[in-house]
Amino acid sequence: MNLFVNAFLWIFDPANWTPGSQSPLPIQDRLGEHLLYTFIAVLIAAAIALPLGFYIGHTGKGRQFVISFTGAMRALPTIGVLVFLTMVLGYSLVGTTANFLGTMIALVLLAIPSILAGAYSGLESVDRQTIDASRASGMTEMQILTRVEIPLSLPLIIGGLRAGVLQVIATVTIASYVGLGGLGRIISSGIGLNDYDEILGGAILVTILALLVDGVFALIQRLTATPGVGGAVETGRTRLRRRASGPLATVGTPIHEGNGP
Amino acid sequence: MIEFRSVSKRFPDGTLAVDDFSIVIPSRQTTVFVGSSGSGKTTLLRMINRMVDPTAGQVVIDGDDVAKENPVQLRRRIGYVMQNGGLLPHRRIVDNVATVPVLRGVPRGEAREHALELLDTVGLDRSLATKYPRQLSGGQQQRVGVARALAADPNILLMDEPFGAVDPIVRLELQRELKRLQKDLDKTVVFVTHDIDEAFALADQVVIFRTGGIVAQVGTPSEVLGNPADEFVASFIGADRGQRQLHLEPRNPETGQVMVVDASGRPAGLLSDDESRASTGAASPS
Repeated sequence: MNLFVNAFLWIFDPANWTPGSQSPLPIQDRLGEHLLYTFIAVLIAAAIALPLGFYIGHTGKGRQFVISFTGAMRALPTIGVLVFLTMVLGYSLVGTTANFLGTMIALVLLAIPSILAGAYSGLESVDRQTIDASRASGMTEMQILTRVEIPLSLPLIIGGLRAGVLQVIATVTIASYVGLGGLGRIISSGIGLNDYDEILGGAILVTILALLVDGVFALIQRLTATPGVGGAVETGRTRLRRRASGPLATVGTPIHEGNGP
Repeated sequence: MIEFRSVSKRFPDGTLAVDDFSIVIPSRQTTVFVGSSGSGKTTLLRMINRMVDPTAGQVVIDGDDVAKENPVQLRRRIGYVMQNGGLLPHRRIVDNVATVPVLRGVPRGEAREHALELLDTVGLDRSLATKYPRQLSGGQQQRVGVARALAADPNILLMDEPFGAVDPIVRLELQRELKRLQKDLDKTVVFVTHDIDEAFALADQVVIFRTGGIVAQVGTPSEVLGNPADEFVASFIGADRGQRQLHLEPRNPETGQVMVVDASGRPAGLLSDDESRASTGAASPS
């Protein structure tokens, strides 16, 4: 127990937050990098996975291929991909660029399956009759997508993003392996110095960050819950139903830090 | 006027849903396609607004082949009502009704104003306008579906078993409303059902289908009833089981009423005298 107390003491030590401190410090700089890497990786992953997921969900084409492909992607060990990519890219690029690019690609690959699954399973969950009626009323395919399918599957789409973000937040720690920043720097520096307070302090920071971001997403999911399908203006019965179906909104694999140090 | 000219439909899996079907559907009348499931009646209905394209033959509306039209534009000109309403669950009733006008570029405020009037037309209270479909009963949702189909003021109204999912009492009420609407608004209605009583209640023209999109008989309800084309039709309308053979029981000496019963002795109704029929005729809404 003492270990945890010391770790928290380390986190709350003002000296560790002093701007301009030596390498893995100050903490806020590493936090900022951690969030920045996460943001960039998820943004790129979403830019790839959302349109693809919408296409698959809307047309039903390529579903089988994508399921098996993303399944295979999920099995990729992120740290292996990271080391491999930085080595390969290192032949043709400057070291730091190669490291950054390699890390980002590895993280994007990690985030894509969850976001993709959220997008296409979300669209598939929309009642076929609703879509048929929309088409029969004279909506174009794009209007069906943007006015019917996406609004109705928003909780599942955001659930996919949520799962992807959490996986990335937990895994960004490995960026320090190739000399990048993030909270992983604190952990690896602690390992180097045999400083257990610092190691655990860094790990706790990652955990807290992940929980906070998860909370923010939970809130977003609640706010974007489609009215009429479980929104605020509901009767007691539908509210109960919504609560019962709550866990459905999370898509993807549960997060695990198995890939991290 | 809607014409089917030698229309066939073979689905990719090889099933022949409709085989060489031809018919003329007159304007401003109600034509009912009736048949058991698998008879291709819904497939035919959906050919009119190009939700299904025929593999052979033509569907022609007022002289224009629908195959030459843009399907989206075509559908916006044709009202479509389906079972369970098919309403957008995330939109309020008023916005559901205003869907098609908004798609056609009518300003939202104006479309909503018109949607409220349509709620009156289909007999719904305006207070329902701000509710979501889920908060309405099945019968109310179905009325909203009809209002939505009417919103673009189409000449043609396609109805695919619209009253299949509501209870019998509400169904009768909706059928009555539809007859009134048809009379008031003068639409060409094409209605699909598997319920022969519903067909007889609504139709100016009945088309009875066998399995595989083959027409068994076309005619007015009284023609079909009076002269079933074959045994299939007779059995389908219940004539062979005596359900349509009605006769009068002797007058009940206590109440003075005359009971009408079918061939198996099941009561079908009471005989009303001419005087009361005349008065109900005058009282019916214009």
